[in-house]
Amino acid sequence: MAEGLRVYRLIAAMWIRSTMAYRASFVMSTFASFTVTALDFVAILLMFSRVDALGGWPLSEVAFLYGLSCVSFGLADLAIGSMERLGQRVRDGTLDTLLVRPAPVLAQVAADRFGLRRLGRVTQGALVLGWAVTAVGVDWTLPKVLLMPVVLLSGAGIFCAVFVAGAAFQFVAQDASEVQNAFTYGGTTLLQYPPTVFGTELVRGVTFVLPLAFVNWVPAAYLLGRPLPLDLPGWVAFTSPLVAAGCGALSGVAWRAGLRSYRSTGS
Amino acid sequence: MGSGRLYAAVTVGGFRRYATYRTATVAGVFTNTVFGLILVYTYLALWDVRPHLGGYDRAQAVTYVWLGQALLATLAIGGSGVETELMERIRTGDVAVDLYRPADLQLWWFAADLGRSLFQLLGRGVLPFVFGALVFPVALPHDWGTWAAFLVALALAMAVSFGIRYLVALLSFWLLDGTGMTQIMMLAGFFCSGLMLPLNVFPGALGDVVRLLPWSSLLQRPADVLLGEADVWRTFAFQGAWALVLLAAGRLLQSAATRRVVVQGG
Repeated sequence: MAEGLRVYRLIAAMWIRSTMAYRASFVMSTFASFTVTALDFVAILLMFSRVDALGGWPLSEVAFLYGLSCVSFGLADLAIGSMERLGQRVRDGTLDTLLVRPAPVLAQVAADRFGLRRLGRVTQGALVLGWAVTAVGVDWTLPKVLLMPVVLLSGAGIFCAVFVAGAAFQFVAQDASEVQNAFTYGGTTLLQYPPTVFGTELVRGVTFVLPLAFVNWVPAAYLLGRPLPLDLPGWVAFTSPLVAAGCGALSGVAWRAGLRSYRSTGS
Repeated sequence: MGSGRLYAAVTVGGFRRYATYRTATVAGVFTNTVFGLILVYTYLALWDVRPHLGGYDRAQAVTYVWLGQALLATLAIGGSGVETELMERIRTGDVAVDLYRPADLQLWWFAADLGRSLFQLLGRGVLPFVFGALVFPVALPHDWGTWAAFLVALALAMAVSFGIRYLVALLSFWLLDGTGMTQIMMLAGFFCSGLMLPLNVFPGALGDVVRLLPWSSLLQRPADVLLGEADVWRTFAFQGAWALVLLAAGRLLQSAATRRVVVQGG
C-alpha cells in the first residue's frame, strides 16, 4: 500500500513535469476543464432563467447538488481518471511494460498520464458549492459542517470505485471503454439534478445497484432538511462512508479478477 | 484513377475503418442511450413547469434529446473525428507523407471524415434514436419531404462540422500539442450546437448570438427542420454559407501551414 502510494506520487510528478513542457497547452486545457464543467452549470442557470424550480427544487439547492457531485467526481477524476484509458493499453500491448516493472500495477495505471488540468473541474465545482452553501438557507450546525468533508470524500471514494471497476471491466471488453463514461460522466451529470426529476426505477437503480445516490442525493437531502429519496430512513444519510468503503472493496476484487484474466496480445 | 474515385475510396475506407470497432460501437450506443435518458428526464421536468418552452411541446423536446444523442458522434460535435488523427500526424511529422501524396490534404481528410460520419450515423446514431422513439412519446414527421430535407440539412451539417475541426487541427502546426485546442473546441461544440440545451431556450441576446454561430448548423438547425419548426431553404442557405466560409478558411490556413512546415529529419 505504502509502496503503491510512493509509486503513484513519483509517476504523477513525472507527468506534471511533462505537462509543463507545453505550458500554453496546459493553461488552455486547465481553462477548458474549468469551463467545460462551468458550462454544465450555465445550462442549469439557463434552465432557471425560464423556471423557478426543477422537480420542486430551487436553484440554490440544485446548485448544492451540483457542487457536491462536481467536487466529488472532480477529485476522483483528478486522482485516477486516467484509468479509463486502460483499454487502449491492453489493445496496443503497452500494459505489458507496466506488468514487468517492480511496482503495483494499479498505482501505475492510476497515475498514468496524470492530468493536473483536472483541477479545473474541482475548482469550478468548489466555487458553485461555496455559493450554494451560503444560499440554501440551512442552519449550519456543527454536525452538519463536519458532515460536509465526509460527504465529499465519500463521494470521491464512490467515484474512484467506479473508475477502478470500469478499468477492470476493460480487461474483458477492451474496446468498450465508452461504457464506463455512462457511469462516470453520466453519473456526475445525473447527480447534478434532483432525484425528483427522474423515474423511481432509475432512482432505485442508482441507490441499491450502483449506489451513486450516496454521493450527494442521500446526504444532501438530510443537510437540506428534505425527505430522503425513496423514503429511506433518516440514518441512511450518514452511511456514505460505509457505502464508499464497500464499493472500494468490491472494485478491488473486480480489479484483481480483471488483472488475473489478462492475456497479453503478444504485440 | 479519377480524383472522384480516389476520394470515394477514401470515404469508403473511413467508413470501414470505424466499422471495424464493433464493441466500441455497441459501447457508444449504450452510453448515448444513458445520457439520452438523463437528459430526457431533465427536459421533461423543465417542460412540465413551462409547457411550450422555446416553441417546442413535450414530444418535440424529447425528440430533440434523442436526435442530439444520435448526432453527437455522427457530427463529432465534441471532436474525436478524424481531426484527432490529423493532429497527431502533424505533431509527429507524419503529415509530411500526406503532403507528398498526389491528393489534396483538405479533400482527403474531408472524404475520410465523411466515411466516419456515415458509419457513426448508421452504427451509433440510429439505435439510441429508435430506443428513444419507442420508449418515449416523440414527434416525428409523417411526410417523406421533411425527412429528405432533414437528410440534406444533415449533409450540410457534416460539412460545417468538418470545416470547424479541420481549422482546429491545422492550428497544431503552430501549437504542436493540440490538447487545449481540442478541449476548447469540445466545449464550444457542446454548448453552441444546442446539445446541452436547445438554442431556442437560451434567453435574450445570448440566444440571438448562439443561433448565428456555425455550431447551430450542427444540431439546432437540422432538428428544427425535422421538427417542422424552420424554413427549410433558409436553413440550407445558413448552413451552406457557414460550410463555404469554414472550408475556404481551412484552405487559406492550409496554404499558410504547408508553407511553414519543416519536416524534422529521422
